[in-house]
Amino acid sequence: MNRYPLWKNATVLIALVLGLLYTLPNFFGEAPAVQVASVKATHKVDARLMSQVEVALKAAAVSPQGVVLDLTSIRVRLADTDTQLKAKDAIEKALNPVATDASYSVALNLVSDSPNWLSGIHALPMYLGLDLRGGVHFLLQVDMKGALTKRLDSIGADLRGLMRDKNIRHGGIVREGQAVAIRFRDAETRDKARAVLTDNQPDLQLVDAQEGADLRLVATLKPPAEKRIQEFAVKQNITTLHNRINELGVAEPVIQQQGIDRIVVQLPGVQDTAKAKDILGRTATLEVRMVDDEASANMDIMEQAARGQPPPGTEYYIERGGRGLLVKKQVVLTGERLTDAQAGFDSQTQEPAVHLSLDSSGARIFKDVTRENVGKRMAILLIEKGKGEVVTAPVIRTEIGGGRVQISGRMSTVEANDVALLLRAGSLAAPMEIIEERTVGPSLGADNIAKGFSSTMWGFIAISVFMASYYLLFGIVSVLALSANLLFLVALLSLLQATLTLPGIAAIALTLGMAIDANVLINERVREELRSGNSPQASITAGYERAWATILDSNITTLIAGVALLIFGSGPVRGFAVVHCLGILTSIFSSVVVSRALINLIYGHRRKLVAVSIGQVWKPGV
Amino acid sequence: MEFFRIRKDIPFMRHALVFNIISLITFIAAVFFLATRGLHFSVEFTGGTLMEVGYAQAPDLRQIRQQLESDGFADPQVQNFGSSRDVLIRVPLAKGAESSKVGEQVMASLMKVGAGVTAAAMTPQLKRVEFVGPQVGKELAEDGALALLLVIVGIVLYLAFRFEWRFAVSAIIANLHDVVIILGFFAFFQWEFSLPVLAAVLAVLGYSVNESVVVFDRVRETFKKKRGLTTPEVLDHAITSTISRTIITHGSTQMMVTSMLIFGGPALHYFALALTIGICFGIYSSVLVASPLVMWMGVSRAQFVQAKVEKQEAVV
Repeated sequence: MNRYPLWKNATVLIALVLGLLYTLPNFFGEAPAVQVASVKATHKVDARLMSQVEVALKAAAVSPQGVVLDLTSIRVRLADTDTQLKAKDAIEKALNPVATDASYSVALNLVSDSPNWLSGIHALPMYLGLDLRGGVHFLLQVDMKGALTKRLDSIGADLRGLMRDKNIRHGGIVREGQAVAIRFRDAETRDKARAVLTDNQPDLQLVDAQEGADLRLVATLKPPAEKRIQEFAVKQNITTLHNRINELGVAEPVIQQQGIDRIVVQLPGVQDTAKAKDILGRTATLEVRMVDDEASANMDIMEQAARGQPPPGTEYYIERGGRGLLVKKQVVLTGERLTDAQAGFDSQTQEPAVHLSLDSSGARIFKDVTRENVGKRMAILLIEKGKGEVVTAPVIRTEIGGGRVQISGRMSTVEANDVALLLRAGSLAAPMEIIEERTVGPSLGADNIAKGFSSTMWGFIAISVFMASYYLLFGIVSVLALSANLLFLVALLSLLQATLTLPGIAAIALTLGMAIDANVLINERVREELRSGNSPQASITAGYERAWATILDSNITTLIAGVALLIFGSGPVRGFAVVHCLGILTSIFSSVVVSRALINLIYGHRRKLVAVSIGQVWKPGV
Repeated sequence: MEFFRIRKDIPFMRHALVFNIISLITFIAAVFFLATRGLHFSVEFTGGTLMEVGYAQAPDLRQIRQQLESDGFADPQVQNFGSSRDVLIRVPLAKGAESSKVGEQVMASLMKVGAGVTAAAMTPQLKRVEFVGPQVGKELAEDGALALLLVIVGIVLYLAFRFEWRFAVSAIIANLHDVVIILGFFAFFQWEFSLPVLAAVLAVLGYSVNESVVVFDRVRETFKKKRGLTTPEVLDHAITSTISRTIITHGSTQMMVTSMLIFGGPALHYFALALTIGICFGIYSSVLVASPLVMWMGVSRAQFVQAKVEKQEAVV
């Protein structure tokens, strides 16, 4: 007798029902939608915003097919792409009255057209990779050395302040490569300085050195501090990228750390790579430095500087107005100290201005510097890819305390907005470089889906026809088991929301092609048992049992290859490996358990089974 | 219907030497082509920029190439991709240039090609851009090698654990010989070796080991069940009784792969091609190379039955 106990049949049934449920959303397709997300931490996405969106849509005479609120965004489902554009404009206008200072990102998106109860049980369609839906993929490398130099620069500034506070005389503090060197006249001051530094700067490692008559103290970062700074740099850059991409208005951006020093950015649906790259690649950082006014006023020095020979300790820049300027190399403040930047107007002159807010340490430094330099000029520089630009070089009129700084003068409203945006979008903690880029157009994506789908379909049909004609009923059962395998695989991919790529589709096809192996093994074994004269029922039992060990062995070797690909693969290979590994697991279940359940259902209950439909069993010698 | 009506065991092992010589010759040829011609690595490995551009009318490739060269791109490759209207352009990494901007620069010079002629028909439409920096390519090559190593070690350990070291070693030798032959084909025809091809090679490695596993399973079973057979006879019996399954399974998988070759378009072409070669040689090598190797290594009945006898003695 070949019967499964109730629990086994129930398991198969439940697995099939679940498989069907989670595969279902893939059949509904997608509807155009508008997605609203918050760009600023102070603006929450909540029910109030949802009603605001609904009112805006009603005012524009757009009737949405559904408005859904989730944790981070509101999605408005619409009938077609025309109303989608109309709705986007209406919402944009209502939520962001000032276009240059947007609080919310309003983006075009697609949402699954499946009924709400399916979404309720987290049954979502498969998550398509960029090569299938179109979009841009970037891999960015963070310059760790740059992060450290930057940090050392600002440590240098801190040390200067510290020495002044503690009244320690020193002969200059300079960064030399990956170290900061402080000069002293005598050993006594150096000892005093060392004691102060050990107390105040636990991250620094101090080494004595001598250069000619000068005594020096060389400070380097301790390895754990270095590691922390590097980790922080990547985190900070990710946050900055988030802010910038939010301003782009991309529906579902992916920004993730990869490895120690890399960041992956994926922007589905974005076609304008140039703009995306421009915004991502803006490795602008802010620096505040003092202007060397005396030298800048000297025509001879300026002429020499313009030819590329600025006086030592200074750099030559051209101001926005076109005039040359000598700026001291010593950095007073960096963008790290900046907490906010807003465009606005000067309260007295009504000129366009940018209002900056500094953190407490930045505020203190700023206060000290402005007190000591009233009447002098201070330059605010944007550094992009090693090249600096003086945004503005205002004259310090009074001591500025409290961390509120206003930059004004010779700026239009638009310029003020630009500068504020660039500064607000955050400066990067370390420069980044694009080391990998992949762009796929939407038509190519749709094409890839169609090709992947049709190759799987035709392959499946060919296998089905062959199996059914070669093994008859057993063949049909094998095909059903293979269909169950496909069902489970798609359901698992949908449930896990693993990214499906074109190699992933190829893996589905390949896995199906390989999975039939198990059923061929079983059917051949059953035939063999029949050939040696066993009864049909016994042959079925023996066939399944004997084939099992072989099936397990062969699947494990395939799985080893899959896992190796999963561990070492990146990009397209990983997409392949994920599907391949999952497919092997589902195939073991479906080809052995599901097909056995079906065979048992067909033949199991017959007491006097004379023959089974497994095709002709040829016996030698007959 | 039954395809394989085999009355007696086919004496495969009598020709073992012939099979091994055939293998050796193909293997040496593959190594020769790999060494002399080398693999035609895709942009993913070498670094550089790859672009797929669509035109409304078939463009003149020579003209595009000339324009690119005159715009300062060193050694650009321009070829059709899929249809005569789709063009694939590869630009190698250039030192000093801002490499991530190459995509836009190429598009700009493509626009110049179209400018003189009827504009609408010759306006390129960007379908895909891939840019890979130099550091990524090197890592990919390393990761690929590590993945291959992990597969080999994993499979050898598993087979040694499940069967015997002789089986493990001969299975892996047989299947590595497949891998080298696939690579040899790619070197000989200068087909593009990309990441999906690498995935196909590793997948097919895991897959063809199956074949050896199925045969070895039978060998073990026959050794245990039937007494009085010589080792070659046992191997012949095992191969003969599994040959039908071997060919049907591979045939089914190949049907799927053929469907990918036909319907999968250019993106899956080399992937499917690598699989096809892998599957065809997989049948041959895992059966007709692995088994003789096992035989040369001196597999015998004693290795499977001995263990049991010792145990019994210990109990007594």
